[in-house]
Amino acid sequence: MNSGFSTREGGGVIAEFEAAEVSILRSLVTQVLGLVAPGETGDDPLERALGIGIGAGSAPSDPVLARLFPSAYQDEEEAAEFRRYTEATLRDGKRADAQTMLDSARPGRSELTPEQAQAWLRSLNDVRLALGTKLEVTEEIHDEIATMSEDDPRYPAYVTYDWLTYLQDTLVRALW
Amino acid sequence: MGDVGSTAPMAVERPSTDVRPDLPWVTIVWNDPVNLMSYVTYVFQTVFGYSKEKAEKLMMDVHKKGKAVVSSGTREEMERDVQILHSYGLWATVQPDSVK
Repeated sequence: MNSGFSTREGGGVIAEFEAAEVSILRSLVTQVLGLVAPGETGDDPLERALGIGIGAGSAPSDPVLARLFPSAYQDEEEAAEFRRYTEATLRDGKRADAQTMLDSARPGRSELTPEQAQAWLRSLNDVRLALGTKLEVTEEIHDEIATMSEDDPRYPAYVTYDWLTYLQDTLVRALW
Repeated sequence: MGDVGSTAPMAVERPSTDVRPDLPWVTIVWNDPVNLMSYVTYVFQTVFGYSKEKAEKLMMDVHKKGKAVVSSGTREEMERDVQILHSYGLWATVQPDSVK
């Protein structure tokens, strides 16, 4: 596997992807973007400026969203209050990262600025969190894949997850 | 008296109604099966400016013990840390230092 990231002279990283890989990445990031709705804030201009959201602030019932937007407090009321003040900003940040990835993902060799690389890092991780939660992965995922039959209906998704893990690791090491 | 150069702390008697708001609060990161060890170490270095050694030790604590205190300070500071860690997809919570 030659795709992945490497360090770029003078900062940022070099990304190298095949066309098929780019279409997988774009499809997954688009799905995350569809899942993470834009942050909704109230009509009050000050609340909007501060990113204070509307709604009850309860934890999402969907397990993927619950993982992307974890509770900051074990106490439910305190967690809801924290969500009300932070979740809209967090949503917008995740959406902006995903959009950066969509805008800069292309086949062949491309160069990412340090800012773009940070957006990729967070967005790739969001995609892994979403897919990993769906697949209910455990820390034994790599052993599971090694022994999984290629006829297993879960196989393609597990292999994709494993590839994303590899990409994420090459990106961290390119940025270090 | 008049010892301008002294830096010794002065004992101040606080009225009993003075509730100092900020017992230290802590940010805790919990283990999860998705976030990579390399990634978690990198995030601790980037977000907190920790050395690679310190970041790796904290990451190993999270990995082996299930959780680790990664920063401490006022409640506001910890909430800010948690918000940043959530933007990186780490599973982080805030609590008073006294809670075990």
